[in-house]
Amino acid sequence: MYRYDEFDEAFVRDRVAAFRAQVERRLSGSLTEDEFKPLRLKNGVYLQLHAYMLRIAVPYGTLASRQLRQLALIGERYDRGYGHFTTRQNLQFNWPKLRDIPDILELLADVEMHCIQTSGNCIRNVTADPFAGVAADEIEDPRPVAELIRQWSSAHPEFDYLPRKFKIAVTGANHDRAAIAAHDIGLQIVRNDIGAVGYRLLVGGGLGRTPMIGRELRAFLPKNALLTYLTALMRVYNLEGRRDNKYKARVKILVHEIGIAEFRDRVEAEFAGLDRAAHDADPAELARIAAYFAPPAYEKLPATSPAFESAQRANPIFAAWVEANVFAHRQPGYAAVTISLKGIGDAPGDATSAQMRAVADLADAHSFGEIRVTHAQNLVLPNVKQADLFALWRKLGEAGLAEGNVGLITDIICCPGLDYCSLATARSIPIAQSIARRFAAPERQREIGPVSIKISGCINACGHHHVGHIGILGLEKRGEESYQITLGGDASKNAAIGEIIGPGIPADAVPDAVERLVAVYLAERQAGEDFIAAVRRLGLAPFRAAFAQEARHAAP
Amino acid sequence: MSTPRKPPLPAILLANHLLDGDVVFFTSKSWSPDPRRAQVAHDEASALVLEREGGAAFARQEVVDACLVDVTIAPDGMPVPNHFRERFKIKGPSHRPDLGKQADFGVR
Amino acid sequence: MPLRNISGEAIDPYQRVAGGDIAGRSHVLVPLAELDAVRAVGGNRLIGIEVANTTKPGTVLPVPDHVALIAIVFPSFSDGRGFSLAKCLRNAGFTGILRAVGPLIADQFGYALACGFDEVDIPAELAARQPVEIWLAAAQAYRLTYQASHQTGAPGILDRRRMARAGACL
Repeated sequence: MYRYDEFDEAFVRDRVAAFRAQVERRLSGSLTEDEFKPLRLKNGVYLQLHAYMLRIAVPYGTLASRQLRQLALIGERYDRGYGHFTTRQNLQFNWPKLRDIPDILELLADVEMHCIQTSGNCIRNVTADPFAGVAADEIEDPRPVAELIRQWSSAHPEFDYLPRKFKIAVTGANHDRAAIAAHDIGLQIVRNDIGAVGYRLLVGGGLGRTPMIGRELRAFLPKNALLTYLTALMRVYNLEGRRDNKYKARVKILVHEIGIAEFRDRVEAEFAGLDRAAHDADPAELARIAAYFAPPAYEKLPATSPAFESAQRANPIFAAWVEANVFAHRQPGYAAVTISLKGIGDAPGDATSAQMRAVADLADAHSFGEIRVTHAQNLVLPNVKQADLFALWRKLGEAGLAEGNVGLITDIICCPGLDYCSLATARSIPIAQSIARRFAAPERQREIGPVSIKISGCINACGHHHVGHIGILGLEKRGEESYQITLGGDASKNAAIGEIIGPGIPADAVPDAVERLVAVYLAERQAGEDFIAAVRRLGLAPFRAAFAQEARHAAP
Repeated sequence: MSTPRKPPLPAILLANHLLDGDVVFFTSKSWSPDPRRAQVAHDEASALVLEREGGAAFARQEVVDACLVDVTIAPDGMPVPNHFRERFKIKGPSHRPDLGKQADFGVR
Repeated sequence: MPLRNISGEAIDPYQRVAGGDIAGRSHVLVPLAELDAVRAVGGNRLIGIEVANTTKPGTVLPVPDHVALIAIVFPSFSDGRGFSLAKCLRNAGFTGILRAVGPLIADQFGYALACGFDEVDIPAELAARQPVEIWLAAAQAYRLTYQASHQTGAPGILDRRRMARAGACL
């Protein structure tokens, strides 16, 4: 993975010093709260319901074991011994004190980490496929270009006071595991018909109050032109994005209001007028960065491991864990392992400092010291020998991290909600816990197969409920928490926004409602048809009918 | 100038401590993290006094986001916010009874 | 109102006038709409135009030779349009003085300079809270940034690496 040179190192140190000075100026009154707030947000510091919250950047979801250990230490020394992995591959601490945050930032800088631009009206963490570099279907590892964009966008003098936040995701494969169509800019690495590698560029995706799927801006952008093109695009957005209404300020609204053709014309016109020599990245720079992402020293192994095969035959629980949590690797004899942070009854995406250390140790023992964070709030050990999988699984079990539910109904994506977040309208974590407990039985989960439940505690949709196969949105109705269910959302290449299937229901009615929806699927599915495929084929009518029956039972 | 919105009563004043982030309550003399010590305003005049303290504490860089929260006084004297959002704010995360004021001060 | 530039604080020689009240003034700052009228009067004065941050670059470009200064109004510090407008003007070859007018904070000084501003005109109340020393320190907060700065001419980190590679190849 990328390692800082002296310039990157100096930059994060200077950033820490600048923030420390900004805190002092806030305390002295030299900066007002209104002036200080965007400065602290751009260093990841939110003020939440109970305390400050610190959002730490995990660039494109890649962590080294020593970084994960430092996060564990910070969690113990300055927080309550746990952190929360987010839907943008970052980590959040829920209880830091502002007075300690400059020191925390210094500890992060010690391991080449930071909180730069993880909030605020600026370009945020660039996310990527958590299986980058190991997926067989990848044209190119998306992380080098994500790192290039990270550097280019850090404290960019022109683009740090945008109309609103700006989120970029990159996928290196046609199979989009980075949800690029739900981002302000989605980049897909593609080959053109003469085999040259470049980028397909989507613009204007995003969830929240007005969920939209990104539109294609450019089918093929040559690699070298990327930073110039991004400059043009960001300049058009910065100048013309709405600033009159916070809820209409994302680029998706601008694209919607002027149309993709007009938006494209404006970007292309700006792009044509820019000096390429001054704005393009040096191809040697991208090559320099890419060298850090070269494959590790894999052993030359056969494609299958007899020990691994026989362990699965001998241990059905292990075999079930393999089926859900292990991802096929491009390197023969290796596998990518997803560590589920969705223990039944746990808060989704949370990990204690002890668990973080356990994962770091396992990464050192089995994965060349590297960990990934997924936008489903799980962790990945990307480079594990198949022959080691059984031993790894046993160790995960000892650490309480062996839940074999990745991609299944209890692998729920869930924002912190009203238990933590001052923006929330309702709690989300207890909903996830109650659904997980209801569907805990492993055989039942396997019978249902892959299905994605996503829960947001408010309309800002940080739980990505719009693109959940089953989406749950927490609202308020008559002074009580009320949950609205959507169906048919999809974060993959078949991107779709879920539709509401009925009125809001109370918290204790949610597990039953989900049961009814699942029952329709199980009754109607065709052989080999997974949940979302069945929803697309059947349409919403049978699900709405089942939900309405459910609502009648739940009504007082 | 429009008529100022009358605060709902009875009410307490809470805020977040600027440097620490903790939720704090005005006790009539100082700011305390213990909700049981919150000063309760039962009439407009005392509510106004609370509001002014919120502004003053903000101006001296002690707290942020000070606001009046309407409460119901429980039998044990504890001011319980009427809206569930503020109830969570003074208790802590509902799935972690070991964290927040529910643990520190036994708020139920 | 106090003017701040890379050297510190400066007296503003420009007088903001409107309605053609330019007699006897050596430096006048007029709304864009009044530029032609002021020019028609003739004389040796230096003319600056003040434009809203929502002004389309094409409205100002090409900048006439007789415009010595362009002042871009920032309605609030969180409205970053002026940074892009400044870049557009510099990219188009404007070599006169670029001034940001509005409640910018010290922490934006480096950005303003990088985007091509020469000076910032801030409200007196803000200047009192944020003395010029804080402004100058904030502009120096980063030893190097990833983006190059128009004002200082300093290369950015990406440039420095390119130069190092070029040097290494000699």
